[in-house]
Parts: sequence; structure tokens; C-alpha cells
Amino acid sequence: MRWITARRRHPAAGYAVVLLMLVALGGGYAFLTGSGAAAAPVSGPSSATIAKGADLFARNCATCHGLDAQGTSVAPSLIGVGAAAVDFQVSTGRMPAKQNDAENARKPLAPDFAGEDGPANIRAVADYIQSLAGGPPIPTPAQVSTEGADVGRGQELFIENCAACHNFVGAGGALTYGKYAPALNQSTPAEIYEAMLTGPEAMPNFSDSTLTPQSKRDIIAYVTQKSSENNPGGFSLGRIGPVTEGLVAFLGILFAVILSAMWIVAKQHGKTTR
Amino acid sequence: MTEINGPEGPEQPAGNTPDEAAVGPRRVVGTPPPAQARALLVRPEDEEKAPDRELPSEPDDLVLAKKAEKLVASLFILAMLAGFGFIAAYIGLEVHSLDAVLRSNLALGLSMAVAFLALGAGAVIWVRHLMPEVELTEARKPLRSSPEDKAAFKETFTEGADASQFVKRPILRRTLIAATVPVAVAPIVLLRDMGPLPGTSLRHTAWRKGTRLVQAVTGVPVLATDFVTPGGILTVVPEGTLSDDEELAKSTVLLIKLRPEQLEKPTVMNWTVNGTVAYSKICTHLGCPAALYEQTTHHILCPCHQSTFDAARGAAVIFGPAARPLPQLPITTDSEGYLVAQSDFHEPVGPSFWERG
Repeated sequence: MRWITARRRHPAAGYAVVLLMLVALGGGYAFLTGSGAAAAPVSGPSSATIAKGADLFARNCATCHGLDAQGTSVAPSLIGVGAAAVDFQVSTGRMPAKQNDAENARKPLAPDFAGEDGPANIRAVADYIQSLAGGPPIPTPAQVSTEGADVGRGQELFIENCAACHNFVGAGGALTYGKYAPALNQSTPAEIYEAMLTGPEAMPNFSDSTLTPQSKRDIIAYVTQKSSENNPGGFSLGRIGPVTEGLVAFLGILFAVILSAMWIVAKQHGKTTR
Repeated sequence: MTEINGPEGPEQPAGNTPDEAAVGPRRVVGTPPPAQARALLVRPEDEEKAPDRELPSEPDDLVLAKKAEKLVASLFILAMLAGFGFIAAYIGLEVHSLDAVLRSNLALGLSMAVAFLALGAGAVIWVRHLMPEVELTEARKPLRSSPEDKAAFKETFTEGADASQFVKRPILRRTLIAATVPVAVAPIVLLRDMGPLPGTSLRHTAWRKGTRLVQAVTGVPVLATDFVTPGGILTVVPEGTLSDDEELAKSTVLLIKLRPEQLEKPTVMNWTVNGTVAYSKICTHLGCPAALYEQTTHHILCPCHQSTFDAARGAAVIFGPAARPLPQLPITTDSEGYLVAQSDFHEPVGPSFWERG
């Protein structure tokens, strides 16, 4: 008791109490409503993780998505979107969103999901959403491994299915009403897999039953190879070639040509009036 | 009329008046020229005197001119050396590997550029520093022929026409005209080489009753029960056309999965399978692949000119230059559960054409 008394006026004491109570609340909630979560896969996450996820959800996501992830007028329901969608949205920094834009861009992670605890916290929220009504799970490292993947076939598949919006090397492009398909050069294999599986924002989804996991690995191999390839020069304009350098050279040489043309026909002072 | 802006001022050479000049050419070859005509030539007694000049023979500043002369000469020598360098590079440098070709091209291009640049710069410096800068104006003679010339031409022409018998012998004239007609028509006949007429091929695609929808690239047929997630899309082609580019350019179809209740008129509901609807991927504006599908708004956007179609409402045009919705392919499932076409498209796919109606 003396230990608590000595520290109860500590500056961090208030935060500690609030955190403790929130965890207790979340834990209690999860315990009381735990029967639904118990129906989740046998090797699923522990109820403690789910409780932590629910807590993080309440802090970061519930303002827009509702306390029970049921959705509101400004954000969709997350029931049934699965862990893959959460992992994609949060680990790329798209969620929590700052404001309701046409397109949520990749940005630095929110404090709760950055730093050392970040991945575990993202996982916890993902597990919480997964526990609500299932959905596509986060892919395993083996599922997104590009080892032995066919980059050539990946290119064909990418050109056919993805290039219309994302450009033929994944440089991204514009859609309607301010929406756009983002560039893929920062995307990790897991993010690419999750995006194909869940169809974030305006992107259509490509389920494993139609675009097979092997095809997805081929596509990931192509995208990651393209983004790791050397791309010399200035603005690459989506790898259409050294066009910007060419334009600069063209303008420079044009200027030189104009100057020399002026030199050729310039009047020589004093020569006509001698 | 000649105007001189030089130091000597305007001055006509003696005896160069139009009247005298007109008399000149009339003399008979071998006879002594008339006195007036002789005035055009340099007479022996004029040879000591410097002839009248329109242009100055020396530049103003001889020291400067000497400098310019040296500069121009060295530029010309440089151009000559670069020219020899070009020949040497062409003969000497290997072109049997990519790197060697790059080196060879660089040497050839550089030497040729130096040669032309030095030649050009030398010529310009020559003009600017050694040649006089005076303005000369020369009057044009009228373009119209004189009446005498016209009459003479007419006379010669009719004379020649009569002499050739072209008028008198109609059979020759007519057979000649007949001979030239096929030669003139021949180029028009050669237009045939632009290819056979399309016939009805623009109105039909490879889709038939019962043709399976197979995924592009992989050729895997699509089970209706595999394509169930709302917001999903697939690019599908008629089975057996996977490597037929001509056919793919017409037959490629975008398969879109929506929730059944999302589909509205004028979508033909009998042509859909449980919310799965198939539209031609070929834009009705100019034939680009319209495949930028947004599952949130169910818009299909064509990247070329931003024509936008609403997949939930029969691919109706909601923005852009396209004039018609994307044609909907009637689909159903076969006994094994695979998606198949009910028939061909009911209208021509792709951009408008003249006889489309």
C-alpha cells in the first residue's frame, strides 16, 4: 500500500490508471462476449490479444468505424473484412485516416502502430477484426515468398489484371473523382498480397479461387523486381524512359540553335555605315 | 535597276542602257561588232583603269580580316581532320558487340558533328568578317509574256499540232487516249492491297452459345462458385482464343462481381449470374481496353479519354466521349457450373464504324 501511496501523485499515474482501466474494461468485455471469439479457428489468437486489439480499436478506429466496427455514415463496417484488410490499411499508415479524402495515401504510422510494439499492436487489431466475423487472414511469409516465382508470368498477369490502373511497372495512375491507384514501389510482398485479396478502397479484389496463390506470388515477384530495379535519370515518369532528360536536352539545344541563328544573321555594327 | 550602297556610290557602267543592249545581240557571228555593242565589253584602253565595282574588293579593317582569315582557315583544317577522323573511326572501330557499337557510334557522331560545326562556323565567320556587307536590290522583270511571244507560241503550237496529224487522224488520237486510261486507273486498283474489306467481322466475335469464359493469360475456365466475392473482377476471353490476338482485340470481356441487388436497369438481368455481369472490355469510343474498375463506385474508366461507365447500370456512359454503353455479354452456367456465354454479343463491340447503323 505504501508503494502506491508513494507514487499516486506521479505525473504518469493518471495515464497508468486510465490504461489499466481500459485494459480491464476491454478484457472484461472480451471475457463477457468471449463466446463469439471462441468459435474462431482453433489455433487462433488468445483472448488477451483480442482484448488488446479491441482496446486499440476503440482508441484509434472507433470514432469513424463505430465502437463495434459496425460502420457509420463516414466509414464502412469492418465486420467480415478480415485481418488481411486491417494489416494492409494500418501497416501502410492509410488507417487511421486523418480525414475523409477521396483516397487515403500511405503515410507515417499512427503512434500506437509505430515503433517496437507497432507490429504486435497491428496484429492485435487485425485479430480483433478477424474475431468478429472472419475474413481473409494475414498471409504467411511462405505465401508471399517470391522464391521460385515466375517473374515473366507475373508480368503477363500484372499487365492483364493490374496495369490498367497501376501502370505497367506499378507507377500508379489517376482514377475518377480524385481517386487514384497508388504507386507500388514501396509496397512489401505482404501488402501486395493483402491488397489483391481484400481490394482496399476502390480497388477490386482478386480472390485466391480465381487468381491463384501461385499467380499472386508471380505478380509479387514482378512488382518487387520492378521497384528494386535501377532507374537512372531524373523524373522517370513511370519508367517510360529518359524523357525528362531528353526534354531538358532538347530545350537546351533549341536555345543554342536560336542563339547561333541570331549570331549568323546579326548586323555588324559599324560595317554598313562606314 | 541596281542600287549600290558602297563607298563608290551609285554609278552605272558606261553604255549599259536598255536600247543599246537590245541592239547588241542582233549582230551576225563573225562580223565586227557595232560600236554600241562594243561599249559593253572592256576595251583595251580600259584595262589599265580599275573597273567600276558594285562591291568593295577589300574589307575595311585589314588587320581584323587577317585574324579572321587565320581563324577560318584553322576551322576548315579542324573540319578536315574531323572528316578524316570519321573515316578512320568507320574503318578502325569494331562493331561486333554492343559496347563496341556504342563506342563506334560515339566516335562517328562526334567526328561528324565536329566536322560540320567547324565547317559551318568557318563559313559564318568568313561571311561576317571578310565578305562585304552591302545591300543590293535587283528589280524583277514582269512574269507575263509579251503579246508577240504569245502569238508566236500559238502559231508554233498549231503548226506542230497540224504537222503531227493529231487533228487529222482521229483514230490515232482516240487510241492514244484509250491507251492512257488504264494506266491512270491502275493506282486506284492498287488500293485493293489495303486489305480485304472487313465484311461482317466487325459485328461478330468468337463468343458462341456455350463458349466457356476462360481467364486471360492462364486460360483457366471460371467456376461460378469460385467467383463470389463482391467487388471482384476478372478479365476473361472465349475458350480457345488465348493466342489469337485478332480475336482477343474484339472478344475480351471484363467479368465483374457485384451483389445481385446492386444491379439495376438497363442491365439485362437474364444475362447475369448471381450478380456476375460481363461487359466488353473494348471501349465504345476508340477501342482502348476500358478496365479501370472502381469497386466502391462500380465505375469502369477508360484510361485513354476518361469515358466512364456504370457497371451496375448496364455500363451506361456517365462521363466522357463514349457514345454507347459497353455491350453486355449474355452469360449463364453450364452443367458443370462453369460460366459460359449464352450467345455472341447482341451488338457490335468497340468503336463506331461507318456502316454500323
